[in-house]
Amino acid sequence: MRYLPLTDTDRTDMLERIGAASVDDLFVDVPALAQLDGPIRDLPMRASEMAVERHMQARATKNLAAGDAPFFIGAGAYRHHIPASVDTVIQRGEFLTAYTPYQPEIAQGTLQMLFEFQTQVANLYGCAVANASLYDGSTACWEAVAMAGRLTKRKRAVLSGALHPHYSQVVKTMAQFTGDTIADAQPSIQTEPDLEGLTARIDDDTACVVVQYPDILGRITDLSAIADAAHAKGALLVVVNTEPVALGAIKSPGQMGADIVVGEGQSIGVGLQFGGPYLGLFAVRNPKHVRQMPGRLCGETTDAEGKRGFVLTLSTREQHIRREKATSNICTNSGLCALAFSVHMTLLGEKGLRELAAENHRLACIAADRLANVPGVSLLNRAFFNEFTLMLDGKPARDIVRELADRGVLGGVSLGRLYPGIEALEQALLVAVTETTTAEDIETLAIELEALVKEAAQ
Amino acid sequence: MSAPNKSGWKPQMEPAQEGMHNGPTTTTGNRALMLEEPLLFEIGHAETTGVDLPEVDPAAPNRLAGLERTEPAGLVGLTEPEAIRHYTRLSRQNYGIDLGFFPLGSCTMKHNPRLNEKVARMPGFADIHPLAPQSTVQGALEVIHELGNWLCKLTGMPSVAMSPKAGAHGELCGILAIRAAHTARGNPREVVLVPESAHGTNPATAAFAGYKVEDIPATPEGRVDVEALKARMGPDVAGVMITNPNTCGLFERDFRTIADAVHEAGGYVYCDGANFNAIVGRVRPGDLGVDAMHINLHKTFSTPHGGGGPGSGPVVFSDALAPFAPLPFVRRHEDGSFDLVEEEQRETSRGQAFGRMTAFHGQMGMFTRALTYMLSHGADGLKQVSEDAVLNANYILRSLEDILHAPFADSGPCMHEALFGDKDFGGGLSTIDLAKGLIDEGYHPMTVYFPLVVHGAMLVEPTETESKASIDQFITAFRSVAERALAGDESLKQAPYYAPRRRLDETAAARKPKLKWEPAAE
Repeated sequence: MRYLPLTDTDRTDMLERIGAASVDDLFVDVPALAQLDGPIRDLPMRASEMAVERHMQARATKNLAAGDAPFFIGAGAYRHHIPASVDTVIQRGEFLTAYTPYQPEIAQGTLQMLFEFQTQVANLYGCAVANASLYDGSTACWEAVAMAGRLTKRKRAVLSGALHPHYSQVVKTMAQFTGDTIADAQPSIQTEPDLEGLTARIDDDTACVVVQYPDILGRITDLSAIADAAHAKGALLVVVNTEPVALGAIKSPGQMGADIVVGEGQSIGVGLQFGGPYLGLFAVRNPKHVRQMPGRLCGETTDAEGKRGFVLTLSTREQHIRREKATSNICTNSGLCALAFSVHMTLLGEKGLRELAAENHRLACIAADRLANVPGVSLLNRAFFNEFTLMLDGKPARDIVRELADRGVLGGVSLGRLYPGIEALEQALLVAVTETTTAEDIETLAIELEALVKEAAQ
Repeated sequence: MSAPNKSGWKPQMEPAQEGMHNGPTTTTGNRALMLEEPLLFEIGHAETTGVDLPEVDPAAPNRLAGLERTEPAGLVGLTEPEAIRHYTRLSRQNYGIDLGFFPLGSCTMKHNPRLNEKVARMPGFADIHPLAPQSTVQGALEVIHELGNWLCKLTGMPSVAMSPKAGAHGELCGILAIRAAHTARGNPREVVLVPESAHGTNPATAAFAGYKVEDIPATPEGRVDVEALKARMGPDVAGVMITNPNTCGLFERDFRTIADAVHEAGGYVYCDGANFNAIVGRVRPGDLGVDAMHINLHKTFSTPHGGGGPGSGPVVFSDALAPFAPLPFVRRHEDGSFDLVEEEQRETSRGQAFGRMTAFHGQMGMFTRALTYMLSHGADGLKQVSEDAVLNANYILRSLEDILHAPFADSGPCMHEALFGDKDFGGGLSTIDLAKGLIDEGYHPMTVYFPLVVHGAMLVEPTETESKASIDQFITAFRSVAERALAGDESLKQAPYYAPRRRLDETAAARKPKLKWEPAAE
């Protein structure tokens, strides 16, 4: 077998050294009832590299890749162009096949990269400290709610109705087990986010208010007032961002008073990959909060010769030291995705990120205007970055999305899919536009949408 | 002890000469191929970029509602040649499986096949959106379903939840299902029993789920004390979390008896699957009475560790717990099509699901790699995997037990990892000193100070992807460093000497944390 270097002669020699007659002797502690008489049944036997590749290619081919169609899907995961050098770097064996840097003398590459990554994320978010990443945005969102509870010693979180519904589900799922109360809501189909309604839900027991920016409908609004309202009640403001590219164009959450900023980092460097692995970003504005943060942290220090070096630090928060008293049970981070993010962010730099954001916004404005011109279609948002909500006449948007797919157009995400069974949201279609979107793509979507909406009206 | 291998090549073990690293100092601080690399923020500039995009037109109309970013974020850029050099230089300060033997116990640092990487990058997998219409991603749903089927067959379990993002997330998934099942019967119960030798994630997970954690004692031979466990079982115990093979590297031969006792008292059995590589293809945990077990695809099924993630931790469930598993899951229809069961179908398809653990549907990029690996090995190859992994570990145990304290050497064969302790080290030396000495010999050290039940524990997991020559060379090197440790060789206290950095001051790092680059004060 191509991945197994031992020869039969090796095996015989080694058994002799061990003093065992056969490999079965090494499994004597397995009880008879669990001993099998051969390979596990109903599974195929070994296969050549070529045969396996063919098998997997056959499945890959059944999928419609985003790059092969006019593509407008967002809602928490975005398609951006990833420079070729990102993949070159993450495929270097020294990064790809390394472990968590527990032996820092031979892991300075990973550690320095994480220190740079933490700096990039903290600066992007307008925060003091970022960790070395979590699994994804949704789990980072729950960790922020849990951390706010530890800091305020309160057990109630108020979620904006315009928080990604999967994120709300994750928070509510976890809260069932920790005894936290989660006050959530559904999005209201309005031009502006309902900040007054959100403010009204904050009370003296509230640990945190969670808002998404840009929100699930693509809307953006100044969060300073909600930050003040939260702080007036002794609560923290948690801001969730699922599109980091936006922060090249709009104010950072930290600048507007967010206490904890979390988000999905997939947009930069990682790719769509059908939902994972992604990259949870987590940062705090107040450096004093760092000891309540979940996840790994990399810090600067010196070695015995006085040279600068980096180590994982403050690990007394973590499960392998604290066991049942840890701030989180998290063991791993999303190291290779953090590297991909960091390399892409390094290639962009301040200038490139600003330009990338501007290009996304420019194309999104063109698309919004063109699509709002389609008879039976209107634009909900006053303000947006690269994603906006269209209201369709006639058929539910969910049906339209399916029919668009049948015509080879990946036309967006219907709110009906995200919030099934809620009539008020059925006509809404979320459309995302990035630098990868072409003028032809926009025109194709407009034409197909017009035909389908018209057909529905008849 | 340098037995010739199949090709007749002998490991070259010429001792390095004293002081050979002490040449003249260099102006740059570099030493030939050992190149120092500044921080990104010390070499990049705000106006430098490695991507070509249209210049920003500040006069262009926008819909940003007056929220335009007016101040720079504080990022810097590099052009492509600079970036490639920066990261290439950083990479060379890292140890990886591709460079050498990485016997990190409990982490299963096996070779990562490159076909896995190629497949994961096929556009049909890499470039599809999780919310794409399901008619356009049938092949992706099929892969998830197919991988789930492999995991069920290999573990002898009827059901699987694919969405957990990593091992600890999988543990959480299993324990939450246990709590949901108890709650559905009217009482979540209060206590989860965990052996002292468990991974730290086990008690952290149980505590998160609202359980009080109690230790299960071990026998002197390194296994769970079955009688003590039976005596502790009662109506307040929600379940047990047991790693099998355990973290002492031993198979819990009474696992079935334990499971029966737990079930009899109305509890559930969680098996930590971190060590599944020892038994994959040879033993099915389902035959031992397991109710839930997570599988680290990044250990047993060769997806890359990536310097600390991403992992992937699907959880297999018994029939008793399957109804409580989280959403979403992939369902196959009779016509051969697939769909995702999400919150929408909850009422009709899985009313007792405890909820959702993550956005979207799990680590697809790891699923494609793991399935590729399974198909490559097949049922027969995977059996050979566990057999070779266990053979290699026993070979190491029996080659070093004469010199190093092996606390459970008399407890029978080890499984896929060999455990040693630092008893009898001289001169105040400890396990850490031996580990750092191994770094100078060109090895990544084994896992140290875990499990906690052995003083100065050293947990060595060779995996099945090392050749005999490689293992022999490691044994020779390990033996020589162990001899120095036993003899109290003071020089080990300063090791490593030849790594990119000498020992780092972790105390200083924690006392005054510097977690972000700041520009020097002017």
